[in-house]
Formats: sequence, structure tokens, C-alpha cells
Amino acid sequence: MSNSLIEKGYIEVEDVRNDSNYPSEERFKTGAVAIIECLQEIPCNPCKDACPYGAIVLEGLTIRPQLIEDKCIGCGLCIAKCPGQAIFVVDKSKEEGSVTFPYEYLPLPEKGMSVTAVNRAGEPVCEARVTKVVDSKKMNKTRLVTIAVPVELVDEVRFMKRVEAGE
Amino acid sequence: MRKAEILIIGAGPAGLGAAIEAAKLGAKVVLLDENEKAGGQLFKQIHKFFGSKQHYAGVRGFQIGEDLLKEASDLGVEVLLDARAVGMMDDGTVAVLHKEELIQIAAKKIVLATGARENAISFPGWTLPGVMTAGAAQTFSNVHGTLVGKNILMVGTGNVGLIVSYQLMQAGANVKGLVEVIPRVSGYGVHAGKIKRAGVPIWTSHTVIEARGKDRVEEAVIAQVDEKFQPIAGTERVIKVDTILLAVGLTPKVELAKMAGCALTVEPTLGGHLPYHNDEMRSTNANIYVCGDIAGVEEANTALDEGRLAGLSAARELGYGDDSVEEKKMELNAGLCALRMGTFGEKRLECKERIMKEWSW
Repeated sequence: MSNSLIEKGYIEVEDVRNDSNYPSEERFKTGAVAIIECLQEIPCNPCKDACPYGAIVLEGLTIRPQLIEDKCIGCGLCIAKCPGQAIFVVDKSKEEGSVTFPYEYLPLPEKGMSVTAVNRAGEPVCEARVTKVVDSKKMNKTRLVTIAVPVELVDEVRFMKRVEAGE
Repeated sequence: MRKAEILIIGAGPAGLGAAIEAAKLGAKVVLLDENEKAGGQLFKQIHKFFGSKQHYAGVRGFQIGEDLLKEASDLGVEVLLDARAVGMMDDGTVAVLHKEELIQIAAKKIVLATGARENAISFPGWTLPGVMTAGAAQTFSNVHGTLVGKNILMVGTGNVGLIVSYQLMQAGANVKGLVEVIPRVSGYGVHAGKIKRAGVPIWTSHTVIEARGKDRVEEAVIAQVDEKFQPIAGTERVIKVDTILLAVGLTPKVELAKMAGCALTVEPTLGGHLPYHNDEMRSTNANIYVCGDIAGVEEANTALDEGRLAGLSAARELGYGDDSVEEKKMELNAGLCALRMGTFGEKRLECKERIMKEWSW
């Protein structure tokens, strides 16, 4: 169990890398993949039903979900379904990396916008470019935002500085 | 005098669950709520809920409220709004203040789903305008569309403090930080994670020691605390805020249960005093059932299932339904048990088991 999560309210990147849900290097090379950052045993399982490929396994209600990395296609359907906003999709297979995260603030970022990427503690990591904003009825107002960041920073980046009104 | 077979007091998730299950079996149900709208806290909850599919996991709270209200209405449940139960009479009738008129309702079975009230802590300046409970700010924001302030300090990092902070940020407020008196975040890590990555500080082992301002809050003074939760001199810090919100726990609303002679017990984990009950949510008064936060402060999904149990049990006692009701009750109890597993639930499960073991009538 992550002490950082309990003491500071966020997970350290080492804890994510050491977690059993962190995909293998081989899997990262093949394309986008989900990272499930759900480290506490809470009674919750909608992620399992969200995945049409059977890539998320969850026995019972309180056991943590497990990712079957070879079944995951990195589609991101699980991101909006997770009430804890604890699932991300990352791509480390190309020259430029990308991170997709849930976004529930207004105004929404737009494709092409330059933003500041932040880590799990909300600290700026690097400048980034919004490459995709997905909004579908099925996601019930949780939008998926994808930003392009240097591959070596993909594990650090988990969000962006919010878009201010009028920006 | 009005008559009901089953009178349910409180139309939050627990009361609605009870009304729906009792009405499904054919009982004549009257559901009271002191507010202008039924649904309890559900209509303030704009976030997606945890749990499993049968608990509407992944659905936003207010949308669950809409579903439940529709279901109750389709089943013919009579709902009295602006109706406050003020007295439990010895003959089993309930005195209700309905739109400023005192009426009496006689019922064969009564389900108390009165919920809980928010706790407060006091400190110099706490009576200044701008100091209020987190739930009050959430009502203003999510029900009435009004932000109580622009710059906010949240006191408490339980799920209420974390969720309300996030929602106020969504509404456009600037949450300057959260203080938590214990050395760790007490709510779900994932809720904390959302506000941390939005750049909001969480100061653990800290508390608010003073609110300052002329006509309203202008600043908050926070300080680090020692292991006995006493402020450490020299660690004070002034935060410019116009609002201080208190998210420091909830207490079951047991007054009506007390009036009806239901025996109470004390479980600090579940919010303090609460009525003894068994696994069909019956209190020590044979005609009175309790469910939801009055029976121990938990979550909306546990409240809903406890309500369903109470509704089924009360209707079955009145002769409705058949043997299959027992099966349904077993399923609900198994579901409740599942919701009380894991780091956050196991203490609650232990308390509930103790209460039920000690229950007798």
C-alpha cells in the first residue's frame, strides 16, 4: 500500500511502476495501454463491465482490478466509467508520448491548444499540446483529454493546468 | 387522521429504497420528507458513484435520485413533502407538521430513514459569516446554483471534504487547501488524487485555529498539531480565504427513534448514538424499522440497500409477498456485506455485526 497516497493524497511514480498493474516494457512498445492507478481496496467494480475486451479482471467487489495487458487495446472506455478517475491511457510506442486522462471542468480544452502538463501532485512537468478531446453521451460528461508529451515524461504526467475561462 | 400501512420518514436513498420494495409487494406506503423535494442528499451528488452495477456504480448521484423517484411514483407511493415528523405518540401515531399544519398519521409499521446531520467544530471567529458546513455549501452550489465563496479552506479530508472540494472547483471556486487533523488523508485516495493533481494542497496533521475578518471571513489561521491534536506554537499560517467549510463528520438523527423508545447504542465509527437493529433493520420496537444513516453513517449505496431490506421486512410482516422475500433479503444482506469489505469498510462491518448481535426485543 502506498504511504504517499495516505499521507499526501497522491501516488508516487515509483509506486505506480512497482504496482502489478503497470504494463510490461514489451506491452508499452506495442501501443496505447491503460494504467489502472487504483491502489486501495474500495467496493467498486464498474471498470470491469466498461471493458468490451475483457482486459480488466475483478473478482468480487473490493478486490483491486487487474489489467490483462495483452487484451487491452488502449481505447479508454474504462477511463470515463471509473468513478475514482483512477485510470489513464498512455502511449510510449512512438517518438512522442501521450497521456489520456479524465477531465470534468469547464471550459474544455481544444485540440491543438498549448497547455502545461502536471504530475500527480499538480506540479508543472512540461509544456504539452492537446491532441484529442473526446466527449460522448455514453461517458456522461467525463471528457477524455489526450496530450502529447516527451516519452520519458509519460509516467510523470497525469493532468494539465486547467483552462481558465476566456483563455 | 390519515392512515398508512407503512409510514416512511425521510425520502433519501434509504427511505426511497424502503418505499419502493414495500410498494412492490403491494403495501400502501406513505413517504414523508421535510424538504420541498424528495431524494435526500442524492440530488446534491453530481459525481459518479462507487459500488457495483446493482448499486448504480458509475452513475451520477442525482441521476440515481431521478430513477428512484420515478420508480416510487410509478409504484403509487404517496409522497408528502414539506412534512416534518415532530412526535412519536404512545399509541403508534406520528405527529407531522405538514405545510405548517399539524396532522396525525396512524401506521402499522414505521420506517425511520431520517439520515444524519453534519458535525461542526468551534474556534475563535467560527460564528463569522463564511464559516459553514461542507454539506451546506454543496447544497448552495449543486441545488441552488450559488457559490458560497470564491476562496475556500476545507476542514477535513473524509470523502465529504474531498468530494465537496472537487465539486466547488468544478463550479469555479478556488480551493486554497484542505486541513486534516490526523496524519493522513481519511477519505478515498482516488478522491484526494483528483484534487491533488489540480494543484490543491492537503495539509495533514493540521487544523484551523481561528477565523478572522470584520463582517465576514477574510482569512483563516491554520496550525500544525502534535500527536494529541494540540496546535504547535510557531506553526501558524494565515490563508487568505472568504469561506471556511467544515467537513468533520456526521451524527445520526436519532430523536424520533428515541421518542419511540428504541434502545440506542454507541458506535463512534458509525457516527455516535444509533438505534440497535437486526439484519432486517428492525429496531428494538417491533413496529419500527431504521435504515440508512440513522442506523450508522455510511454511504448512499448502503443506505439504499438497508432501505430495501427495511421495506421488504415491514411489508412481509404485514402479510405481503411470499417466501421468496427471504431470499431477496439474504441477497441484500450479502450485498451489504460486500460493500463493507476492504480497508474502508471492515471497521463498519465489525460495528454492524456487533449491533446486530446485541439486538433483542
